[in-house]
Amino acid sequence: MTLPGTLDAALFWLFAAIAVASALVVILQRSPLYSALALIVTLCSLSAIYGLLGSPFIAVLQIVVYAGAVMVLFLFVIMLLNVKREDHESGQGVMKAVGAMLAALLVAQVGSVLVRAGPRAPSPRFDASTYEMAKVLFSPYFLYVFEATSILILAALVGAVVLARKET
Amino acid sequence: MPPLTLWQQLAASGAIALVVFGANFLLFVHMTWIERRVLAFMQFRLGPNRVGPIGIFQPWADAIKLMFKEEVMPAAANKWAFLAAPVLAIGAAFLSLAVIPYGPPFTLFGREWQLQVADLGVGILYIFAITSLGVYGIVLAGWSANNKFTLLGGLRSSAQMFSYELALGLSWVGIIMAASSFRVVDIVNQQAGWFFLSWNAFVQFPAFAVYFIAACAEVSRTPFDLPEGETELVAGFHTEYSSMSFGLLQIAEYINMITVSVLATNLFLGGWHSGIPYIPSGAPFGFLWFALKVAFILFVFIWLRGTLPRFRYDQLMHFGWKVLIPVATLWILVVAGYLALFGQR
Repeated sequence: MTLPGTLDAALFWLFAAIAVASALVVILQRSPLYSALALIVTLCSLSAIYGLLGSPFIAVLQIVVYAGAVMVLFLFVIMLLNVKREDHESGQGVMKAVGAMLAALLVAQVGSVLVRAGPRAPSPRFDASTYEMAKVLFSPYFLYVFEATSILILAALVGAVVLARKET
Repeated sequence: MPPLTLWQQLAASGAIALVVFGANFLLFVHMTWIERRVLAFMQFRLGPNRVGPIGIFQPWADAIKLMFKEEVMPAAANKWAFLAAPVLAIGAAFLSLAVIPYGPPFTLFGREWQLQVADLGVGILYIFAITSLGVYGIVLAGWSANNKFTLLGGLRSSAQMFSYELALGLSWVGIIMAASSFRVVDIVNQQAGWFFLSWNAFVQFPAFAVYFIAACAEVSRTPFDLPEGETELVAGFHTEYSSMSFGLLQIAEYINMITVSVLATNLFLGGWHSGIPYIPSGAPFGFLWFALKVAFILFVFIWLRGTLPRFRYDQLMHFGWKVLIPVATLWILVVAGYLALFGQR
């Protein structure tokens, strides 16, 4: 179902606001558990935005991989190690400076791309159905990147098994 | 036939959502009573038969009792997480109902409808995504009560859901490849044959077996109901919950059980197709076949509970990782090989 422009825009701004607000919660408050939960909200609202952009496949994968798998592991670690609120201030100055520099770099990068792109007519809607996505992923342009990623993940998998294996 | 305006579309979707929600909710309410009665008959007891004729109003009495009980929160609990956990669990349970078709397409007001809230092109993946979000309710419930039994129970339950989610997802791959679509309706129609042997439950029997076992574990039914192992864990992750927040966790469990039954009907038992030659599968009859199949699977769940003892935790993990996942993976290779050699296109 395609939505008319106004509703589409309203939903976009709604989810964008949620994403930004929860992303701020991730970095601004001190309980690691709440940060992790807020990050899940951010990832879910990003997934909603992908859906609004016409790619339910990417939207669903975003939830399966990040919100469903990666963040559960984060939560497990936080709960099992019982990470306390971080109140200590030692070594925070350097980290803050590095963080600010990285943030400024990111803003400059994204800003330069946006400025160079300039205003233009909306691009034609990319058909991001599963079939089209698969055709692109397995085309000669992306095939080697795709396979290299698979090998990387396989290596991580083997590494995890080796690390977790008990010495007998 | 002019296309529907936006408001008409929204109204239609809202109406369908209400019907789906209401049907599932009513089924859940009576499921608690049916389960207790059927289980009682299997054990030569009578079961609840006092409230209303043959005890049919028992669930409503239970609901009223739960609502009027005191809501107790442990003093050391993490308040917000403790309150949010049941809401997360039940939210995930109801969200996955959205992409499931209930019964055949039917005609109303001169249009064709399907009792399905959203016909997503990635339907099955969506269900997988929502299921993976359902773990948060359990993890949070176990952790937030600040009690060692709930923490252990929550970890066990979420580890169990993780492990069996993999087998569950892998068991779908074969039928997705056969239908070459993620849409649930396409998968149902792909099974429409002359005879019921064309259903995925028979054509892809290993996938069906893996699916059913993994689904039992995913919704914590016997023989995988480790959270209920009261001698070791009291009541697992929901030990500290009382009153209606306990009720919400129970609703989520039952709705999940109904969801996996309806999914099994759609993905493996041919959905609304009668499966017998010359018996129509169209609008009024299809709903009946659909309901009968769902009822049968729900009965099997109760039957298992009346029959099998509980797995030990190490057996559960061993079975999930070393039996179900290899079987599901091998079956994917078999289907892929068959499709590569003999498939069309």
